Amino acid sequence: MNATAIVFYALAGLACASAFMVIWSRNVMHSALYLVPTFLSVAAIYVMLRAEFVAAVQVLVYAGGILVLFLFVIMLVNVKAVQGARLRLHGAVSGSIGAASIALLLSVYGRGRILAAAPDGGKLTEFGGNLETVGWVLYNEYLLPFEIASLFLLVAMVGAIVLARHKA
Amino acid sequence: MDRDTIEHIVIPTGQVLVAVAIVPLIIAYLQLVERKVLGFMQVRLAPRRVGWHGLLQPIADALKLLIKEDTTPAMADRALFTMAPIITVIPALAALAVIPIAGQPFELFGYTINPWISDINVALLFLLAISSLGIYGIIVAGWASNSKYSMLGALRSSAQMISYEVPLGFALIGVMMLAGSASMVKIVEAQKSAGWWFVGPQLLGFFCYFISAVAETNRVPFDLPEAEAELVAGFHTEYSGMKFAFFFLAEYTNMIVVSSIVTILFFGGWLRPFPNIEALAWLENGWIFLVPLVAGASIGWLIDQRAGTGLRWMFAGGLAGAAAGAAIGVTDAFGLASAAIPALSGAFWFSLKVSFFLFMYIWFRGTYPRYRYDQLMGLGWKWLIPLSILNVVGTGLAVLLRA
Repeated sequence: MNATAIVFYALAGLACASAFMVIWSRNVMHSALYLVPTFLSVAAIYVMLRAEFVAAVQVLVYAGGILVLFLFVIMLVNVKAVQGARLRLHGAVSGSIGAASIALLLSVYGRGRILAAAPDGGKLTEFGGNLETVGWVLYNEYLLPFEIASLFLLVAMVGAIVLARHKA
Repeated sequence: MDRDTIEHIVIPTGQVLVAVAIVPLIIAYLQLVERKVLGFMQVRLAPRRVGWHGLLQPIADALKLLIKEDTTPAMADRALFTMAPIITVIPALAALAVIPIAGQPFELFGYTINPWISDINVALLFLLAISSLGIYGIIVAGWASNSKYSMLGALRSSAQMISYEVPLGFALIGVMMLAGSASMVKIVEAQKSAGWWFVGPQLLGFFCYFISAVAETNRVPFDLPEAEAELVAGFHTEYSGMKFAFFFLAEYTNMIVVSSIVTILFFGGWLRPFPNIEALAWLENGWIFLVPLVAGASIGWLIDQRAGTGLRWMFAGGLAGAAAGAAIGVTDAFGLASAAIPALSGAFWFSLKVSFFLFMYIWFRGTYPRYRYDQLMGLGWKWLIPLSILNVVGTGLAVLLRA
């Protein structure tokens, strides 16, 4: 095993272990905080794949934005009320869905599709880096889907504000 | 050890160690400077008991913090309570990794050493990402303390930092568009080839960035998370000893990082003033100008102290020193001006500019009253975000029309 593989497996192991702790932990705050090492190790794996831009955005958006809002909400609601929840029907349903997704992922991995889709460095060097490449592809080949996605987000934002205003 | 190991492992490790060792020392004295300047602004004597004019005060403070009792509240979440100061300080120090303090590499024992730890092409995004992680320390500290004051401080802080991250990010986009890169070194080089500092075309961006950055570092006038009149000390109410010192270290490291970013993005980093005017090339060797200025001002100040003439002689001495320095520089007397070492003079100008912005922080603290919470949110969402978006659109149009 070479050094790259060792680093990869260490990061992947950390990501999986802390993801496991997210659902295992009884304390909601601990649960949410265990997501941070998951996000960070996934970002580190992106760096290993020479996708620095995706790594930075992963940390910025997920760890720096979304999760902070999670914590914000957790601090505002009464945490004690949630702590007593037990595994019942919900647990069985979500558990089987999770098992099915893992089986699907493993079967794809077994067929070697992931390795076949490994990135080639040609385009990266052509544009001078990951940041430039992502920008070029996003605003040329995928301009329409990108704009539609941002429109969706805008609609969701307006919707949330409308809902919040009705309550008040 | 072969050459490859030394270049890729030993030298970066050494650079990291130097940065992590020097920055707390700078912070200790920055804090003394802050107390001295605030004392001057408030017409009172600042610390002057420990050492000559209080010069050993930071060391006494550090010793005090080290040997102080380290208490943990009985109902606190122990693990998170201990981790919070560490979570706060690591991102603050990690941000130093992408800050270049000079433009030219220098030679040491036959190895070329860059005056930056790493020059990555997503440096600006890295800085935004890593500084957004700093919020965790504050939230975790406030929550784990199990105290109402800490909790309220943490809630305020997270709301404030999320709000001001938006204009902060938008303000950087203008610079990225002008430079065509997100790498710190390339941004400074773009300012050199553009012939002026980006504060000219990006004046609006600079104001948006600096105001948001002061808010991100939780400093006056945006120090609501620790508003001592309302919240005792906010999120770090329950902390003492070294754990408290870690929050302190993180806050001041963030100030240094913000000042460095402002310097690099808007004020030409390690470039001398007016980088495109050949006649001022002697400024490369900045201390030719500055050393006589400081020497003259100090002699004048001593005369003032003896004669009780206010600061009259200090200004006169400074002016005379500056004139003498400029004369030496322009005429290149003694060959001093042409003997510049690029890395050293770069570091000189860089630290001079960074010191100025650190002084601005202290100046704000001595001048402005704290914002009210609704004023803070109003300023962020109604003024800074629209203005920074306007700056992005305007810069984009200008770049497009010139191309």
